[in-house]
Amino acid sequence: MIDKTELWIVIIGLGIGSFALRFAFTGLVGDRQLPIWLMRHLRYTAVGILPAIIAPAVLWPAATNGDFDIPRVSAAIITLTLGLIWKNVVGSIIGGGATLYILQFLLS
Amino acid sequence: MASTSVKSAYHAGIRDGAPFMLVIAPFAMLFGVLATEAGLSVFETLSFSVVVIAGAAQFTALQLMAEEAPTLVVLASALAVNLRMAMYSASLTPHIGGAPLLQRAIAAYFTVDQSYAVSVTKYEAAPDMSPQEKIAYFFGTVTPVCPLWWIFTLIGALVGEAIPASFALDFAVPITFLAIVAPALRTRAHIGAAITAAFLSLLLFSVPFNLGILLAGMGGMMVGARIEAMTEEATS
Repeated sequence: MIDKTELWIVIIGLGIGSFALRFAFTGLVGDRQLPIWLMRHLRYTAVGILPAIIAPAVLWPAATNGDFDIPRVSAAIITLTLGLIWKNVVGSIIGGGATLYILQFLLS
Repeated sequence: MASTSVKSAYHAGIRDGAPFMLVIAPFAMLFGVLATEAGLSVFETLSFSVVVIAGAAQFTALQLMAEEAPTLVVLASALAVNLRMAMYSASLTPHIGGAPLLQRAIAAYFTVDQSYAVSVTKYEAAPDMSPQEKIAYFFGTVTPVCPLWWIFTLIGALVGEAIPASFALDFAVPITFLAIVAPALRTRAHIGAAITAAFLSLLLFSVPFNLGILLAGMGGMMVGARIEAMTEEATS
């Protein structure tokens, strides 16, 4: 269960932090250019952090106590493949979710 | 004269932002459902979307809180996901940096993937827009997108309250993130960053406090930036 105090610290802290990141340049820096190396790193934040969250959650899911799970790994592969080919976010989520539920049903 | 062109810039923004409604609505609803399944109340869930207004960061925070990561790690990881907002802010600044402070502050709150992507594309295609038209266009792109994020979070939360908690939704966040990341793997640098981060995260899985995720993400960013720099040197 998520602790309520922690939850509100996260909501408010994340709200303030996100606003600061969004306001950092538009609001405070004006139209000075950022150093190229910094922009270069910022460009890869999403494709860096998200796979780092995904990889262990796919191979060692908490719901199975960390055991490799064929429906979850298959769903991940289908979602990734659909996303790479089709580039449709919602469609890929539905495809991956359908794979998960169908395999869970067939293998149970 | 000026006011009609500003008004039409605002309407053009609404038109160009409208297609994203199809993505935002299910996405917000998913957050609402997952948050209530994780034990948040409807009010807490809606507050999350109103205060933070950043999908990927909200899903990250939710996932890590459910894994009982320490609060500081939850905050650091979710903010790391949002670091790209600083990049958006930096690249919007030459266009809307001249607007009054209050408008810039409101624009900052509404700087999301969709409003940024649509606006910057427009500014580059139409460099003769006036600063007033540019900010009006920006607020136009926000109009169909952001209120929907709040409304469908609320609908999702109400739906989530009605679904039994045993529904296997634990895997919705990984699937959602895979679906977001896949189309973003446009260049070798993006692919290199993603693969590095995934492998490092598995290697560093036993690092305490879920800090492995943050370290792996930083490793991925560095590899992405390095490949980009090398590609540029090779082509120049």
